[in-house]
Amino acid sequence: MYDFAYQKPASVADAVKLLAGDAEAKLLAGGQTFIPVLKQRLNKPSAVIDLAGLKLSGISVSANSVTIGAMTTHATVARSAEVKKAIPGLAMLASWIGDNQVRHRGTIGGSLANNDPSACYPAAVLALGAVIKTNKRAIKADDFFQGMFTTALEPDEIITAVEFPLPVEKSAYEKFRQPASRYAMVGVFVAKGPAGVRVAVTGAGQNGVFRVPEMEAALAKSWSPDAIAGVKVSPEGLNSDIHGSAAYRAHLITVMAKRAVAAA
Amino acid sequence: MAFEGIGASVKRREDGRFLAGRGHYVDDMNRPGQVYAAIRRSDRPHARIKSIDSSAAAAAPGVIAVYTGADMAADGIGGLPCGWQIHNKDGSPMAEPMHPVLATGKVRHVGDPIAVVIAETKAQAKDAAELLVIDFEDLPGVADIRAASAPGAPLVHDEVAGNVCYDWHIGDKGAVDAAFARAKHVVKLDLVNNRLIPNAMEPRAALGECDVSGHYTLSTTSQNPHVIRLLMGAFVLHIPEHKLRIIAPDVGGGFGSKIYHYAEEAIVTWAAGKLRRPVKWTAERSESFMSDAHGRDHVSHAEMAVDEEGHFLALRVSTLANMGAYLSTFAPSVPTYLYATLLAGVYKTPAIYAEVKAIFTNTVPVDAYRGAGRPEAAFLLERLVDVVAQETGIDRVELRRKNFIPADAYPYQTPVALQYDSGNHEMTLAEALKAADYAGFPARRAEAARRGKLRGIGISTYLEACGIAPSHVAGALGARAGLYEVANIRVHPTGSVTVFTGAHSHGQGHETTFAQLVADQLGVPFDQVDVVHGDTGEIPFGMGTYGSRSLAVGGSAMVKAMDKIIAKGKRIAAHLMEASVEDIEFKDGAFRVAGTDKAKALAEISLAAYVPHNYPIEELEPGLEETAFYDPKNFTYPGGCHVCEVEIDPETGVTKVVNFVAVDDVGRVINPMIVEGQVQGGVAQGIGQALLEGAAYDANGQLLSGSFMDYTMPRADNLPNITVGTEITLCTHNPLGSKGCGEVGAIGSPPAVINAVVDALKDYGVRHIDMPATPEKIWSIIAANRPKMAAE
Repeated sequence: MYDFAYQKPASVADAVKLLAGDAEAKLLAGGQTFIPVLKQRLNKPSAVIDLAGLKLSGISVSANSVTIGAMTTHATVARSAEVKKAIPGLAMLASWIGDNQVRHRGTIGGSLANNDPSACYPAAVLALGAVIKTNKRAIKADDFFQGMFTTALEPDEIITAVEFPLPVEKSAYEKFRQPASRYAMVGVFVAKGPAGVRVAVTGAGQNGVFRVPEMEAALAKSWSPDAIAGVKVSPEGLNSDIHGSAAYRAHLITVMAKRAVAAA
Repeated sequence: MAFEGIGASVKRREDGRFLAGRGHYVDDMNRPGQVYAAIRRSDRPHARIKSIDSSAAAAAPGVIAVYTGADMAADGIGGLPCGWQIHNKDGSPMAEPMHPVLATGKVRHVGDPIAVVIAETKAQAKDAAELLVIDFEDLPGVADIRAASAPGAPLVHDEVAGNVCYDWHIGDKGAVDAAFARAKHVVKLDLVNNRLIPNAMEPRAALGECDVSGHYTLSTTSQNPHVIRLLMGAFVLHIPEHKLRIIAPDVGGGFGSKIYHYAEEAIVTWAAGKLRRPVKWTAERSESFMSDAHGRDHVSHAEMAVDEEGHFLALRVSTLANMGAYLSTFAPSVPTYLYATLLAGVYKTPAIYAEVKAIFTNTVPVDAYRGAGRPEAAFLLERLVDVVAQETGIDRVELRRKNFIPADAYPYQTPVALQYDSGNHEMTLAEALKAADYAGFPARRAEAARRGKLRGIGISTYLEACGIAPSHVAGALGARAGLYEVANIRVHPTGSVTVFTGAHSHGQGHETTFAQLVADQLGVPFDQVDVVHGDTGEIPFGMGTYGSRSLAVGGSAMVKAMDKIIAKGKRIAAHLMEASVEDIEFKDGAFRVAGTDKAKALAEISLAAYVPHNYPIEELEPGLEETAFYDPKNFTYPGGCHVCEVEIDPETGVTKVVNFVAVDDVGRVINPMIVEGQVQGGVAQGIGQALLEGAAYDANGQLLSGSFMDYTMPRADNLPNITVGTEITLCTHNPLGSKGCGEVGAIGSPPAVINAVVDALKDYGVRHIDMPATPEKIWSIIAANRPKMAAE
């Protein structure tokens, strides 16, 4: 780890000010990706701005939405009775991220801002048609994810919360874990809610999370695993590495989607 | 008090400190004035070093020194030595290219050390190491053994033609060819034994010190401190042995990877001498991946000649073995005397011929890793036997039984040099099949099929050689070291005992097992015996721990030393009790005059020995302390039967090991709980090799699996409940009858797992699947064969 200045602002406004004033500064949420990157000297920030003092964690539920603060940990989401009731697939997804230690440090905001192509949360956010709230604006999930490690966030923008619209009729997540890292090699979130029927895939695509319109159309007609069993996803644009070829990932998308539909 | 002698599952006394975080490892050691070394390593597989500019690094904050290979050469330091010399088929010695401590001229693998920066803090050393400016000329590299042995391949060492380290063979080629000519069946199999990265929990570390009088101390993560003292002192740094002390304190796992003498040990010791300050280096995990010796990495072709009834007539094997970029300490012995000599396995195959070519590549050096050669032999043979069964239509259990060396044929001379002393393969097979409910498998398979799963069962009946070995035999085969073990037993005046052993514990529980052994034999309470190991300043010259040798060889040395203690004690007792020495018996911790009730406890004898007032001083020295060196007469031959049951999800190709039974013949057992743990750990590594682990390089030699993000270590949820059974025959040539248990798990299990996977896929026309049998490999087989099955 290279030396850096450590800042712990007490408000979003202060954090934004620090971020805007230093192009080399980086935000620290749960640090479950960022700290290992620092330890491997793959990033050399001038300052690390810790968001832990901004009081951005917590879950609130209204008739129309579940709102999760950006600094809410995966463990909190996973064990929330309200999330389990309103969007069971979301709680399930959170319960499968990393390991127990990771789930107690890692946050939803950190995961979304990083937009790792094999992170789990982007699949839920896109499939559920969530809205990402920042210090500046509200960004629709459809506009938020812009490719591997790339989002719509501007340099001085901080995620404050994620709002999931209700009611959600169906939701489930299935993930095929990369054998070594246990990240999603293929993660599929299926949902039926205010955003319609959606199937979002993480881990497989070279550009991060994406939807599968053929499956969505088939499920809109008939919500059953059989309805999508015949949908073949093209390997084009999918990742290929020592753990799985693009063709294997394409195959797994259909398998995971079927299983998610069955579980929803 | 509960029984704590031989055969008792005494809880491991060392676990108290390990579980409480109170272990004392090399990186826990800190010395006044200590400075830190950071190694700049090659990030490219093969390149010429045109120049190194260290000026910026040397000027960086906190930097004390920057050294390169040129600085070491200027001090007369050559290369790291190789401890085993193999000869080619034509009798010429193997190619033994220079293995510089710091790369000179070329770098030959990712991770090859180029320079060391020594600074006041670790962070300063790392910062400065990045400031070294190295001008490389990239060269084409080669990682795969087949590619490296092909004509026109890039040369790892300019002076080693064809990258061939050696071209060696064993066995009677003529007899094998003749048997093949008359065989009813010839069954052929090509197979790969995948390269593994050991990943002991504790990364390697080294702390060098040099005092004002020129006495050096190296604290290092080693399995064999005296071997390091000999190799580094005599062959690398030229420090006389009386001025060099090696300490291997608590060491967190080795699995072979901490046997070898590594560059960093020489670097910190040499630098400590130059700077007269303690110098510490601790590997980061990413350094471990690219600098700890890797394991396995064979490509083989095997053929079995079989007669009409299924008797094996002859075996022919041709193997390419990857040495990596340089010869690690014992690397040449692994694919030869620890591999090809085991190709008879448990079978009475009358003729065997094997040829082995060892090849240099632009990869991390390969050396012994848990099992070392024997897992490669067991995998080849036990896979081949299953394929013979498949192709001849003979049941695989029946085929094995038909070819077993019968229990009454021991001692048994194999056609590949070894003479097995004892074993009973029918016994371990029968017990394992019973424990695994082999007979009930078809019902379980049918039940799994109803759930859409493919269930398979696989067995392996293996044998290995450990407790290496008679020194004169090993020497004749090319070893450049002795292979005895030593024990010093010190009975203190009041009767407590300290055992000084040359073996080294890095997870094996020696402090418990050896104390049990000595307590049992001397009849003293377990808590009155302590075991000291790992410090050349305290222990006699021993060979350390590898090859499952600690009990069979090191424990035997203890028995010999205790024999001397008892013999001397008898003479003292005879004097004290005014009896003839011939009339003294030693039993249950007391010396008795036979036929009387006169007795003296060991503590009374030891007190007399150290306070020799009433003592036969004219004929006997005072004190009660004895040393014995034990050189084994033969290898020991553990063996057994492993049964693995798997279930495959045909949609994803994921294999789940649902049951595993290991019934091993490890000879006499001192602590059954520790043996069970050893076997379970070995099986976990074997399942890892079979299904999960595999070092991946690109064609050029770039390491693709350089972290736990990409190298699949087995985790708890990858492993089933492992049932361990022991059915023993005694080793006939050592005083304990023990054979060794450290490696059996890793040797017997990989073929059992793959045999089970192939069995699960038998409806898909599968003959063999290479390790690791990843989900994608299995899915590909299922996907490719499904249409064909549908068409049939």
